[in-house]
Amino acid sequence: MLEARDLACLRGERVVFAGLSFALAPGAALLLTGANGAGKSSLLRLLAGLIAPAEGLLLWAGEDALTDRAAHARRLRYVGHGDALKPALTARENLDVFARLWGGDPDPALDALGLAALADLPARVLSAGQKRRLGLARLALAPADLWLLDEPTTGLDVASVDRLGALLARHRAAGGMVIAATHLPLPLPDAGELRL
Amino acid sequence: MRGWLALLGRELRLALRHPADTLAAVMFFVLVAALFPFGIGPAPEALARLAPGALLAAALLAALLPLDRMFGADAEDGSLDQLLLSGLPPAAIAAAKAAAHWLTTGLPLLAATPIAAAMLNLPTEAWGAAMLALGLAAAFLSLLGTAGAALTLGARRGGVLLPLLVLPLAIPAVIFGAAGIEAAAAGQEARPYLMLLGALVAAALPLAPFAAGAALRVE
Repeated sequence: MLEARDLACLRGERVVFAGLSFALAPGAALLLTGANGAGKSSLLRLLAGLIAPAEGLLLWAGEDALTDRAAHARRLRYVGHGDALKPALTARENLDVFARLWGGDPDPALDALGLAALADLPARVLSAGQKRRLGLARLALAPADLWLLDEPTTGLDVASVDRLGALLARHRAAGGMVIAATHLPLPLPDAGELRL
Repeated sequence: MRGWLALLGRELRLALRHPADTLAAVMFFVLVAALFPFGIGPAPEALARLAPGALLAAALLAALLPLDRMFGADAEDGSLDQLLLSGLPPAAIAAAKAAAHWLTTGLPLLAATPIAAAMLNLPTEAWGAAMLALGLAAAFLSLLGTAGAALTLGARRGGVLLPLLVLPLAIPAVIFGAAGIEAAAAGQEARPYLMLLGALVAAALPLAPFAAGAALRVE
């Protein structure tokens, strides 16, 4: 369903990667591994449509995915390095904006990451791991076909990694795809690996 | 439209949680206007002559203040990526930012206009025209400024670059706005000038968000 053909990425004058091809079927998962600077984050941003490929094609169901980037954006969720939280808003308010954009309800999403008790606290007072969980709670709001995760488990405790594992399993069981960049073991059984 | 309103609501809510930003712009406006009487000295007529231009210059400078953080804060914490992936076109995101800037900076300046106008000895007959002119000029600056903020995002010293980029383009708003206030102060019709100012806003309304959206995409 998602297919990359000969993707290449430039950062300034430097070629980060080139000639990258892979395909991903519904329900499948792909782990991106490689040294720091190998281009894992760049590839995820490229797959999200946030940066344009220097070369190559990204196909969704056989059609160029990046011609209509707003439509491409609607079928994916992206979790980047930053947690994209506003410190002055409460945990629930931080999710509420996206719930109104994508559908879904903030409270079950908070619950899925074990944040129900912190819903009314401003994001400013949350710990680094709690902020990460709040960033991940965006995944639980409304279904999307493709999840792009950049080091999703950074700063998470064991219980939270399990919660993320449950979310990932449910997402894949419903036919969702996952592409994750990571240095840590992720709860993604039978995931393919792409070494950059 | 629902998504766009959600975005606008987010901006307004954030502005409410950081009232100091709005307050700083209003205080700046009043203080700049207060400098003129000190500089001109005890000559009320001379002050009244200068008032229309001084009001507009002070208001535009004040409205510039929050612009350099318009996209910067969201870019740093990853929110901008999420907004760009919200499913809304980038131009709609820029339009929401511009609308929020006008509502949280432009409108509060109107509330402070009588104070500034009194300090500048502007005849009271012209206060209504002054508020209309400032409101429209601020809307024009919100639109231009959003495009400027998107263009200078990620540039080193973007905060310095932004006024250099935006203020020259805002000159027509100063000309028509000041002419309108002057006409009202002289007991003439301010309407034609304000309508020209409105036409500027109407022209920038579709163009500026698209320019800003395109600039956000390039990032």
